[in-house]
Amino acid sequence: MLVLVEQSLNGLQFGLLLFLLAAGLTLVFGIMDFVNLAHGSLYMMGAYFAATFVAWTNSFVLGILMALGATLLLGIALEFVALRHLYGRDHLDQVLATFGLILFFNDAVRLIWGPAGLSLPLPAWLTVPVQIVPGVFYPAYRLSIIAVALAVAALLYVVVMKTRIGMLIRAGASNREMIGALGINIKLLFTLVFGLGAALAGLAGLMQAPILTVQIGMGENILILAFVIIVIGGIGSIRGAFMAAIFVGLIDTLGRAFLPDLLRTVLSSAAASTAAPALSSMLIYLLMAIVLVVRPEGLFPAAKR
Amino acid sequence: MKKAFWLAGAAILALAQPASAGDTVKIGFVSTFSGPTAVIGNDMRNSFELALDHLGRKMAGKPVEVIYEDDGQKPDVGKQKTEKLIQSDKVDFIVGYIWSNVLLASLKTAVDSKTFLISANAGPSQLAGELCSPYVFSTSWQNDQTPQAVGTYMNQKGVKSVFLIGPNYAAGKDMLAGVKSTFKGQVVGEEYTVWPSQLDFSAELTKAKNSKAESIFVFYPGAAGVQFLNQYAQAGLKGQIPLYTAFTIDELSLPLQKENALGVPGAQQWVNDLPFPENKKFVEDYRKKYTGLRPTFYGAQSYDAANLINSAVVAVKGDTSKKDEMKAEMEKANFKSVRGPFKYGNNHIPIQNFYLQDVVKDADGQLSLKTVATIVKDDQDRFADKCPMKK
Repeated sequence: MLVLVEQSLNGLQFGLLLFLLAAGLTLVFGIMDFVNLAHGSLYMMGAYFAATFVAWTNSFVLGILMALGATLLLGIALEFVALRHLYGRDHLDQVLATFGLILFFNDAVRLIWGPAGLSLPLPAWLTVPVQIVPGVFYPAYRLSIIAVALAVAALLYVVVMKTRIGMLIRAGASNREMIGALGINIKLLFTLVFGLGAALAGLAGLMQAPILTVQIGMGENILILAFVIIVIGGIGSIRGAFMAAIFVGLIDTLGRAFLPDLLRTVLSSAAASTAAPALSSMLIYLLMAIVLVVRPEGLFPAAKR
Repeated sequence: MKKAFWLAGAAILALAQPASAGDTVKIGFVSTFSGPTAVIGNDMRNSFELALDHLGRKMAGKPVEVIYEDDGQKPDVGKQKTEKLIQSDKVDFIVGYIWSNVLLASLKTAVDSKTFLISANAGPSQLAGELCSPYVFSTSWQNDQTPQAVGTYMNQKGVKSVFLIGPNYAAGKDMLAGVKSTFKGQVVGEEYTVWPSQLDFSAELTKAKNSKAESIFVFYPGAAGVQFLNQYAQAGLKGQIPLYTAFTIDELSLPLQKENALGVPGAQQWVNDLPFPENKKFVEDYRKKYTGLRPTFYGAQSYDAANLINSAVVAVKGDTSKKDEMKAEMEKANFKSVRGPFKYGNNHIPIQNFYLQDVVKDADGQLSLKTVATIVKDDQDRFADKCPMKK
């Protein structure tokens, strides 16, 4: 039972981290109708900035805040210089251009930081395991990821649902031409949304950095999952991204945790240990396929255009 | 006009081809030079280049030409690059291969064309057993050997039970099988993770913790090793469940693993401080030529590969068409390996010592790997009997 609690926490933590990445992606995709493959690069940049600034300032919190700001600025600059010229274009053009950006960022990082990768060490107060219920110890850092991601989710909800900016964002998502016609500066709005998306991706990257390594191409594998999440949740829907991310995180982790033992009851031990990881990594895509068949618009679609 | 241009181009190429063959020793080198594990490929290339420098960039008086190809850590790409090197570059030797799955995909092309293939790292069990070939040599090990040594060491320490974690691909399976073959205690659990995409090991660590195993064994090469050690420490398992490793801590991952790696033992057939003159020269010159970098066991194996090839080319006085003689010479392992004692078994896999290595702070205050003891002497892999070649 306690194992189930701990594994669910693992899944929740992974899911919430994916949410941070997917939220930015779904905002940009849903509201601006822009396919941004370079979202994973922003995730990577967030991690590299954090590793660099934390080493410079010798302070984990300060370094992370600076990294967050830097990714936000980078996102805005990127939108201003390159991406805004692609809004009217075909999705295929956007995919090609942003794929080019992935290559650009990977090589830029190789030039600046070298090919070996960096590490982002945690301060001592985050490396201790915390007792959450009697007998269950959980890494403090993973708990803090859960807390930060939940806070961000709440903040996003408030901003999007309760503020004027949020109203404009929602209006932009449902009818872009109309809010332009009403005299809203849609260009500025898009720049803001893109910057916000970039900051969220950077936040995901820098939160993940101490668990993984900071390395070139770190955003590419995880970006696929983020796309899966926004497809499952419904493109443009933050709520959908939140629910789908938690689903995906739980399915992935619990699949890995319990599928091998389950399979061992029907297969030989060796076959089960080989098949289980393959099968558990398939579960997510299976879920996506089912969602696409049953509800092609996603589980929690954004308001109709 | 255009046609004439192409014809001229083709003619020049046709002229150029035979002129270069025969006068140089051509070596193809397949390794990973892009993506997160490119650091390993770079270290292998650096060491191979250093070996060529030490040889005066000539073998038996003939200049050496090396063509490096990137496999991107993908079996299909590795196979393609191997085919290209053999069929269009017509190399005399093909070297490299970090990954067992890449090597297995590329093997047939080399063997069918009777091109000598020297594996400078990968050592899948099939290569030592049923797929052994007169044209294939290894300057590394068979995958099982290193974890077997770890298992032996755990027996010496009196470890009673272990939880095994490794990646779900050819080498991962060999590694876990290797530990199991020598470890006398109980294996309470065995987990495979998706390779190379899975980077979060929280589910596996939770299972290991709850299994009440006395120890954990892992095999995670490259960046995955950094991630595993980070997560192991963050989960508070350090000091609680001791960790034993194979190919998880090396000079490339250590600068990122830092304190997390202190006191985590591993087995290796080469350690930077082995007291052989060839090794001292290799390590010192490497650190001189590539400032800020330190050689790894991957590099040491590549350095040996260059010297093995040199011994064969020298024996036939540069006539690389004499394949039988080159094979006979290489079987003698007539070169000084940086790891010390080195001879070949019937399957062309080295018979060698395995050492216990530990992470310590060296004189400059930097973390480095140190030889602590010899775990096994003159170890031969356990698949040699399955190889149809006999001595």
